[in-house]
Amino acid sequence: MKEFKGRIVTPGTCSAEAVVTHEGFNTLASLQKALQFGDKTAKVNDQNNTELYGKPIAGKALCLPQTIGSTTGGLVLYCACKMERNPKCMLFGNRIDSLACAGAVLASVWSDAKMPVIDELGQEFLDYVKDGMKITVQEDGTVIAD
Amino acid sequence: MELTVEQKAILNGEKGETLAKVMKTLVMYGEAFDASKMVPVTSDYNHLVTSFGLGVMDPVYELMDTLLKEGVSSSQKFTVDPRPLDPNVPSGFLQNLVFKRFMYNKQEFYEKQLQKLGLLEKDAFTCTCYMSEVGNRPNYGDVLSWSESSAVVYANSVLGARCNRNSGIIDIMGSIVGYVPYFGLLTDEGRKADWIIRIETSKKPEAQLLGSAIGMKVMEDVPYVIGLDRWLGNELNEEACTYLKDFGAATASNGAVGLYHIDGLTPEAKKLGKKLIKENAKEYVITDETLQEVYDNYPIIWKDKDAKPKLCFMGCPHMSLQQLKDWTDVIEENLNRYDNPQVLIPTVFTAAPAVIKEFKKTEYYPRLEKTGIILSYICPLMYMNNPLCAKMPVITSSNKLRTYTTSRYYTDEEIVMQLCKGDR
Repeated sequence: MKEFKGRIVTPGTCSAEAVVTHEGFNTLASLQKALQFGDKTAKVNDQNNTELYGKPIAGKALCLPQTIGSTTGGLVLYCACKMERNPKCMLFGNRIDSLACAGAVLASVWSDAKMPVIDELGQEFLDYVKDGMKITVQEDGTVIAD
Repeated sequence: MELTVEQKAILNGEKGETLAKVMKTLVMYGEAFDASKMVPVTSDYNHLVTSFGLGVMDPVYELMDTLLKEGVSSSQKFTVDPRPLDPNVPSGFLQNLVFKRFMYNKQEFYEKQLQKLGLLEKDAFTCTCYMSEVGNRPNYGDVLSWSESSAVVYANSVLGARCNRNSGIIDIMGSIVGYVPYFGLLTDEGRKADWIIRIETSKKPEAQLLGSAIGMKVMEDVPYVIGLDRWLGNELNEEACTYLKDFGAATASNGAVGLYHIDGLTPEAKKLGKKLIKENAKEYVITDETLQEVYDNYPIIWKDKDAKPKLCFMGCPHMSLQQLKDWTDVIEENLNRYDNPQVLIPTVFTAAPAVIKEFKKTEYYPRLEKTGIILSYICPLMYMNNPLCAKMPVITSSNKLRTYTTSRYYTDEEIVMQLCKGDR
């Protein structure tokens, strides 16, 4: 078990199972198919992300360095939140990027979704956390990986 | 973040609850990046990424409706990304049913929303809004609230405008309040390069491959590219701009690049030179081998890897007028060389409606028609994103299309050989 302290982008607490990628998470490429064709588990459809391809991320603790790709990214994430197909929380190793941040802020201001988003957890976090670990997010931005 | 009296008044709801929520969104967005203030948007027009009336994107249309009902509209007119449908593009009965009934069943509704919000003109749908024929071309130093990754990277790098990689919805919100948070690529510091990229190839590198290699390496960082002016020259002429359009789109989609500098060519690199490079910038050397390795590592996710291609898409981002002319020459010449009257794979070239209009006035248009190639304003990416098209073996020389769909990437030269000679 290990604790990591990050910066709160959107607040909240939760517990969820970790799904981890060390590559950039391409929001549009990953989620468009799931949103379009009724996949409530939100299986990742990004052919370039070999760690996540085919894995469901809805309700999981998505651990990632950052998101990449098309600038539809934020609205795709916002739609996923409104449609309840979003990760339970998003935990960034790096500082959050502008697209993921837009999605998190839009969901926070314009929807009832509660998706804690923590960034700057560091490379050590991404090195430590593994698929299937239990993740707990605390109110002060502490993330416990077990 | 320090706000002016006017900005504070909007945030406090003095101009209505909806406008207050719009301002709150932008302030929260800026605060996540330690923005010190909000600055005025100075470009003539905005550009939005959301062009598609996808039934499942209901939350977006609901939000737009909320804005319209409250009488909120954009202070700037705007262009939008390409439409997802065009009857000119080949599609079967089942595809048409899926497209119109299930996927883009909100297209008409959404286009009406866009017109009410401030669409520049009814056909202002393209990802290359900066083409002179389209007319949404910001000036050097303009502050933008644009989205569309390929347009943002072009505006920042080639035109010297200032824009962050804004997401859809955030784009229109900047236009509504007339301000954007001051951080990242809007600041002098944020425009400095974290990487030096040295081009040491033996020939002019394929734009789409080079962009892909750099994007995957630097991710969201700013690269300063040295040695590319050897191949592109030192003037931003039509040829160089077209190259940079395709190169930039690949850096933005294969990574998350919002700005690049090309030594001796792009405006800030010409003005400030190597002063743009941060201390301790990392280095990446690109050789012929690097590009070959990047190419060889693209996953091929066709079920039958040896399948005969059923469709070829060219023009993601949309082609320029010159590109359409050049491709007409190349295709015509190679069809003659290999003694084929028309292209051997159904092929679609895509460009902005305004560019197509101009192209149709030239003598090239009937020549292109003769080759069997279809000209369309469609967004290939949106066309491809459904289970029916996803199973189709589609080829392209667009690295953006490869990234987001099941299409398979080939270099321009390989595409020509497949279309004109029948090479596989």
